[in-house]
Amino acid sequence: MAQEKINMPQLGESVTEGTISSWLVAPGDKVNKYDPIAEVMTDKVNAEVPSSFTGTIKELVADEGQTIEVGELMCYIDTEESQSGAANEETSEKADYEASEEVKSETDRSMKKRYSPAVLRMAQENDIDLSQIEGSGRQGRITRKDIEKIIKSNNLPQESTTSSEVTVNQSKTEPSKMKSEQNQSVSSSAGDIEIPVTGVRKVIAQNMVRSKQEIPHAWMTVEVDVTDLVTYRNKVKNDFKQKEGFSLTFFAFFVKAVAQALKEYPQLNSTWAEDKIIQRKDINLSIAVAKDQELFVPVIKHADEKSIKGIARDIYELAMKARSNKLTSSDMQGGTFTVNNTGSFGSIHSMGVINHPQAAILQVESIVKRPVIVNDMFAARDMVNLSLSLDHRILDGLVCGQFLARVKEILENMNSSTSLY
Amino acid sequence: MSKERHEALGLSDDQVLEMFKTMLLARKLDERMWLLNRAGKIPFVISCQGQEAAQVGASFALDRDKDYVAPYYRDMGVVLAFGMTATELMLSGFAKAEDPNSGGRQMPGHFGQKKNRILTGSSPVTTQVPHAVGVALAAKMEKKDFVSFVTLGEGSSNQGDFHEGLNFAGVHKLPVITMVENNKYAISVPIEKQIASKNVSDRAQGYGMPGITVDGNDPLAVYEAVKDARERAINGEGPTLIEAVSYRLTAHSSDDDDRQYRESDEVEEAKQKDSIITFAAYLKEVGILTEEVEKELNQEIGSIVNEATDYAENAPYADPEDALKYVYEE
Amino acid sequence: MPVMSYIQAVTTALKEEMKRDEKVFILGEDVGKKGGVFRATDGLYDEFGEARVLDTPLAESAIAGVGIGAAMYGMRPVAEMQFADFIMPAVNQIISEAAKIRYRSNNDWNVPITIRAPYGGGVHGALYHSQSVEAIFANQPGLKIVMPSTPYDAKGLLKAAIRDNDPVLFFEHKRAYRLLKGEVPEEDYVLPIGKADVKREGTDITVITYGLSVHFALQLLKSLPKKVSTLIFWTLELSTHLIRQQLLKLRKRLVKYYWLQKIIKKEVSLEK
Repeated sequence: MAQEKINMPQLGESVTEGTISSWLVAPGDKVNKYDPIAEVMTDKVNAEVPSSFTGTIKELVADEGQTIEVGELMCYIDTEESQSGAANEETSEKADYEASEEVKSETDRSMKKRYSPAVLRMAQENDIDLSQIEGSGRQGRITRKDIEKIIKSNNLPQESTTSSEVTVNQSKTEPSKMKSEQNQSVSSSAGDIEIPVTGVRKVIAQNMVRSKQEIPHAWMTVEVDVTDLVTYRNKVKNDFKQKEGFSLTFFAFFVKAVAQALKEYPQLNSTWAEDKIIQRKDINLSIAVAKDQELFVPVIKHADEKSIKGIARDIYELAMKARSNKLTSSDMQGGTFTVNNTGSFGSIHSMGVINHPQAAILQVESIVKRPVIVNDMFAARDMVNLSLSLDHRILDGLVCGQFLARVKEILENMNSSTSLY
Repeated sequence: MSKERHEALGLSDDQVLEMFKTMLLARKLDERMWLLNRAGKIPFVISCQGQEAAQVGASFALDRDKDYVAPYYRDMGVVLAFGMTATELMLSGFAKAEDPNSGGRQMPGHFGQKKNRILTGSSPVTTQVPHAVGVALAAKMEKKDFVSFVTLGEGSSNQGDFHEGLNFAGVHKLPVITMVENNKYAISVPIEKQIASKNVSDRAQGYGMPGITVDGNDPLAVYEAVKDARERAINGEGPTLIEAVSYRLTAHSSDDDDRQYRESDEVEEAKQKDSIITFAAYLKEVGILTEEVEKELNQEIGSIVNEATDYAENAPYADPEDALKYVYEE
Repeated sequence: MPVMSYIQAVTTALKEEMKRDEKVFILGEDVGKKGGVFRATDGLYDEFGEARVLDTPLAESAIAGVGIGAAMYGMRPVAEMQFADFIMPAVNQIISEAAKIRYRSNNDWNVPITIRAPYGGGVHGALYHSQSVEAIFANQPGLKIVMPSTPYDAKGLLKAAIRDNDPVLFFEHKRAYRLLKGEVPEEDYVLPIGKADVKREGTDITVITYGLSVHFALQLLKSLPKKVSTLIFWTLELSTHLIRQQLLKLRKRLVKYYWLQKIIKKEVSLEK
């Protein structure tokens, strides 16, 4: 059997590096020549990189999310010069990791301490002591698969710690255990469609899991009467569109109100940093934009300094960019609080997952005409629910209640005297 | 579609099957080149995908032992029909010394092979139009009964050389057939931002020649149009402009990401009309492409593509000092 | 030996080549019935017919491009640009196509075209009928640039250009057309492209020049003080690419360039 390298291809003239957005194979997988092995992103194109050989993937050297130069090693593959060799290799990989302890002195272990970013991250997240693990990779390198195997087997070599810390560690590893148990129980049956989780979907999934695992969420909802705002906006929207070239959406008014209220309640515009809470000076509002199977969260920078028109323009431009895949990473960086336009899907109540590492997210639900009692009489009013999810480490009910009350007040006082400019 | 269609055009069952085979070979070579590019083995790909029907349909209507062609960079179907082999195309993809197009000096897609009367092409677009007119002028001067056939994209039909060339051919009634392969995009710019007239073929009127728009996904329709045009040319009735409308199924090139400027729905919709599928359906309907034949065909093409790839990959590069050769006659 | 003008030498060369080889033909604006705006193709239309002395539409890129196509087929076109100033629309065809076809096809195809263009000032032509454009082309590999300075050279070099298997740009000085007269042999002769003609041997000063300027330089020689007794003159009826080789052979001190355009000066001075 021969071991071959697969290197980062040059995807396009003038392209010098590529980022592995996801691996489509894992060590041990059999691939045919030209089967796709990884999704790679470059400045010019995003493409699936095919295998140059038929064989068994031996080791993934580069990690997902890692950017490597053209010509640099992506992975090793054992080519099929000897079929029996490949089979042997597989059985040895299946042996549990204690067994490999015995052979460790026989071979070169010089790569053992060269951890890849993914391995480091997984080890940290699961509190695994890497020095106690035997790597199955080249020259003893610890691979992603090694860590996964350990997590699965629930045999976690942890750092020797004091008893008080142990409890914390255990509680932290719990979600991972649950995750792996779930994974094992899921299988597809005839007629089901299996959709591989790759690219953007994978990133979304990772972010959501991280947020839900790390942040203790709490929720709160207020009801806002936006009848005057609706009347006003409907009156001016056609003129506005004609004059400015883009639509004046309700969402722009909500974003404006949130920005204003955040200025008064900066506690909600902050980040948890373990031993401290960082209150952000800038009010940069993330907004969620869905496109096909993808979800983008571009940012309206300095929303508190912008007029309603300015915000409407930002929303329009960011949405256009998202739809044409033109969002740059700078468009999506620096958000300090998220406003989510769930009303556009018809939702009237929802509980958002906080956009990690922000402190809260506000769901703006559908505006619905409902009978409401005003001055002891029934009236048909335009009502909207605002649902806030908060990081309970940073925020409590009191300040959030005050914040929501302020947003409500601002919105209920928006009417024909409110300046768009 | 009925069986009479290809028979009415004077095409035998074997001929239409050969057409399909050429189309499929072009498609499979092209697909392989993308894989090779993504695997980092060849530097560049520029595709024929979506235009094979027009290319092959037109080529089969020409006299492939006499006529001259000035193809543009997507015309893998044309050059295959005119005798370039899969191995030769792969040698060009890998930029190897044996590449008959340029000995590895040009990007893939820059075709040229004198023995098959394929004029050499370059990267600046549309320069080939006056060249084809020049060959047609020679045919007229030498009183020879061949025609020249030149292709270009619809974007290129905005270049001066298109208009200068066509006008020259129209004035002197030269035996040249110009086929614009309208794939709706000039890299990222859609047809409506390229051309003010409704059809590219409308432009023919200004140059005193017939202008015809045909379905570029239908090889038989293109065959018919080119066959008529060739007859006119040989009879001294002058040039013809044909616009074959299809769709570019891939990004502009291996360096382009088309998701930046067109919706995937649009591409999916175009794939429904992909000639590789629709022509196969016709051939099945008329009983030419049986399951057995199809299986054989796929196997044969698969092994042609594999052999071509292996040969080209293992072939030697030109010596570095060869880069200095042939600036002038030696 | 008959005495003829520079332009008569051009016409004679064209006529003799068309007689000698049926593949030779002329195309350009007003070259047919009118015989050219300078009358360089005078009489050829009557003698060889419309098919071989072709009046083209007013479109320089097509004149060059159609000529290139015919040349690739195996014809020997002589394309005329009415004025060198108007060669610009054809630059893509000349530089991207004609100059590169042999190279880009790895010697499979070649382009035996001659492109003639009258150049130079001093003829009441003002800005756009006076330019000398050779410097644009002189640094392009694949092209040969010929600029004859006498009727004798004009005939011998134009014949060489037509028979050459690579593209040749043949620039004729407009003022030389009728100003210069000289003895031109009746018989068929060709002069080698790329070889300098040393007009006078000497050691003190080297003057390198071409086209009409050779005559200016020769006049200058007469006005120099007697004590500078020895000079070298070169006339360059050649591609500047070959100048350097000639200089290497000569191995003489370069002191002064006369009437040499900047880009060519740079090419020449690369070798010391």
